[in-house]
Amino acid sequence: MARSHVRSIPHRLRLLRSGAPRDLWPVAAGAVALVVATPILVVVSSILTPSLEVWSHLWETQLAELAWNTIALITGVGLGVVVVGTGLAWLVTMYRFPGRGIFEWLLILPLAMPAYVIGFVFLALFDYAGPVQSWLRQVFGPGVWFPDFASYGGVVLVMTLVLYPYVYLLARAAFLEQSETTLEAARALGASRFRAFWKVMIPLARPSIVAGVTLALMEALSDFGTVAIYGFDTFTVAIYRIWFGLFDRGAATELASVLLFFTLTLYLLERALRGRARFYQTDGKVRPPTPKRLTGWKAWTASGAASLVVGVALGLPVAQLLYWTVTALGGPDYDDRYPAFMFNTLTLGTISAILAVGAAVVVAYGLRLSRNRIVTTFGRIANMGYALPGSVIAVGVLAPLAFVDHGLDAFLQATWGISSGLVLTGSMVGLLFAYLVRFLAVSCQTVEASLIKVTPSMDMAARSLGASKGEVLWRVHLPLIRGGLCTAAILVFVDVIKEMPATLLLRPFGYETLAVRIWQLTSESLWEAAALPALTIVAAGILPVLFLARSSARPRVGEWDDGTGGEGKHSRMP
Amino acid sequence: MRRPTSRIITVLALALTPILVQSIYTPEAREPGSVVVYTARIEKLIKPMFNAFTTKTGIKVTYFTAKAPELFERLRAEGPHTPADVLITVDAGNLWIADHAGYLQGFESPIIEKNIPAHLRAKDNAWVGLSVRARPIMYSTERVKPSALSTYEALGDSRWRGRLCLRTSRKVYTQSLVATMIKTLGEQQTEAVLRGWMKNQLRIFNSDTQILKAIAAGQCDVTIANTYYLARLQAKDPGFPVTVFWPNQNGRGVHVNISGAGVTKYATHRAEAIQLIEFLSSRAAQNLYADANYEYPANPAAEPDGLIAAWGSYKADSVDVAAAGALQAAAVKLMDRVGYK
Repeated sequence: MARSHVRSIPHRLRLLRSGAPRDLWPVAAGAVALVVATPILVVVSSILTPSLEVWSHLWETQLAELAWNTIALITGVGLGVVVVGTGLAWLVTMYRFPGRGIFEWLLILPLAMPAYVIGFVFLALFDYAGPVQSWLRQVFGPGVWFPDFASYGGVVLVMTLVLYPYVYLLARAAFLEQSETTLEAARALGASRFRAFWKVMIPLARPSIVAGVTLALMEALSDFGTVAIYGFDTFTVAIYRIWFGLFDRGAATELASVLLFFTLTLYLLERALRGRARFYQTDGKVRPPTPKRLTGWKAWTASGAASLVVGVALGLPVAQLLYWTVTALGGPDYDDRYPAFMFNTLTLGTISAILAVGAAVVVAYGLRLSRNRIVTTFGRIANMGYALPGSVIAVGVLAPLAFVDHGLDAFLQATWGISSGLVLTGSMVGLLFAYLVRFLAVSCQTVEASLIKVTPSMDMAARSLGASKGEVLWRVHLPLIRGGLCTAAILVFVDVIKEMPATLLLRPFGYETLAVRIWQLTSESLWEAAALPALTIVAAGILPVLFLARSSARPRVGEWDDGTGGEGKHSRMP
Repeated sequence: MRRPTSRIITVLALALTPILVQSIYTPEAREPGSVVVYTARIEKLIKPMFNAFTTKTGIKVTYFTAKAPELFERLRAEGPHTPADVLITVDAGNLWIADHAGYLQGFESPIIEKNIPAHLRAKDNAWVGLSVRARPIMYSTERVKPSALSTYEALGDSRWRGRLCLRTSRKVYTQSLVATMIKTLGEQQTEAVLRGWMKNQLRIFNSDTQILKAIAAGQCDVTIANTYYLARLQAKDPGFPVTVFWPNQNGRGVHVNISGAGVTKYATHRAEAIQLIEFLSSRAAQNLYADANYEYPANPAAEPDGLIAAWGSYKADSVDVAAAGALQAAAVKLMDRVGYK
């Protein structure tokens, strides 16, 4: 059995941490984390001057409902993504059935689908006035029953379908890392295949599943587009209502801090549940579990389940978008600037991916080398932007940028009588900074998960051979976690090209992207015209996701490669 | 294996890319002799007018589109250095707020005074209404007799139980409607009206278009919606089974809102900005402006589009719509209290 409780490793890590006195890595990590955390702290600091009047109004009217709805949302979506994501990951790693090879990567693709797009498409299809219900009424008469789609159930369905790939990706990688021998041992002790899965594989994969669920739930918390069109009032809806309706941005920001409180609760809850358990895989050559061939109805049920998810989450929306694109083709809403929009979208996605992964490496490596409380706290805060709606982050970003700009201008005016105007506000730098704040959690979680698998004895071996800490990172760690870096970059890329609210508020003058285009058209209910930019975003997202699928493909037997670049000879811990 | 230093150089180069992109990319806004517009009216509905202006005057127009509250955030952060010369928003409440937050400067123009009636302009000349958007009752031509309809208030009548659909209270159009009701009827009476609507098992939708389609499909029978949404649907399908009822004709009149423009406080091209707004108020531009979206022109000399003219003329509520901006928060809170989402 490849699992053992190795107490000495944390101890050795601690020895490693108490290294040279002039230790720049934790300082760098702290600095990066502090910069990223600043907008988040700006948002949180709004609590210091509470808008008591708005809060008491909320208390009297909606607060209980908002809290209840938000909890219900994350519970529902949490269960949904765990069941669908883990279930499908288990299915494709443990069994052979018709079409498994295709489903294995097809199941990742819904990641490229913006939630607001799939949400609207579903509503258009399944609402009372939509084609499905209209057809049912034609066939069965006007009294035919159909569930109300614009409801809690609809929201949970849509979000589950868009967000399960996070869990699927990470759970699948974790299952593939596990050893056939572990499973054989469990089976030899009399456990059924399912029981072995439940008692051995799930606990071992738990850190990965939890990381996936965390990302999914943070995204669900910050979502405005879907819950708004489904009329399901969560905290995020209330934020916009107070900001745009009461014109009280201060109170809206205070409400946004509540979202951070939710995230913090989730984080602490997970920590408490995990307790002191640590798992290491210390064995060398690991053979991933051999999939069992399913036959007869079981095989077809497995194929059916996988095709159902792919069909509903990907096939249906793409078909509807294609239909709309074709009907609106040649209309007045297309022009020759589309290639430019697409270029801008891809540029933003690429640059942000590089920045986010770079920052994540610095932060994660700094955290590995240091237990300094300040560094870890800032690191934690910097990872919370993913739970905040894009517009709130944008406001948090604008404040420090404007402060720097106006300060610089005033200084130059006073000293040399020249005006620098606005350097950062409304610039590309501001927008990229906002993406970094919003999506650092995505890259950081992924990079940390990879880095933590590299055993500290590697660090020590390299250091004793005279390598500096920087060299250890460049020449030992980065090559080892190459796969994890790739995964992180692609996840950020896909998230950025889908991102709309922060882009809308912070983009440089005259700089339009596909997501901004979608907003322009959908804000006037011109959905047919918005179908082409939506499809383009999906297509642009699918290409790198396909790459991701390839790079995390099933390793050959006898050679352990989990797609995060691990080469087997190192320990694994959550 | 490459040396660490070369890797560091690579990473530095990558990190510098955004700055490179930034420098290659010169913002159009800083071109001399052009007007910069921040607009909450989307490109599709405003670009034809800008093009006509450029053709006529040779002055280039560049624009930035976003939602009004977000444009305000940007104006606030940019302060005196804002590139914006003109602010265009939909909904008078937004104009009122822009004025009161100090984002606009007043300006006097005899041309505008001649073109646009006084009640569609700000008293302090901070902004000018450019189009009128009526929000009447709309009903199913298949299941509702117009004789059953009278006023917004009467939609609380029990005969509309389970048949009334309205737009979400998150939308500024709904907020302005309720705010003007508070202005004329007072808060108590407005609350009674809203409770009447709620008692009819009011169904809430996210967009006017969605509601109109729901009426056509038979899910709802009556609603309150902006006329241009219906016009767009009828332009595509002349047989679309929903039409307009002008409510409160014996009383205060139909609720109308406006889209409008103002000159920003720190406009660098003030003269050109005023020139642009004057042009937008002219008869020629007004025809373009209103027709682009089937709205009613603010300049009485311009004709509304034939499709909406067919619904007949109406008496509009003469309440100061902008003043309703002050009551918008009260309207939202009132809707919160009665449970209108």
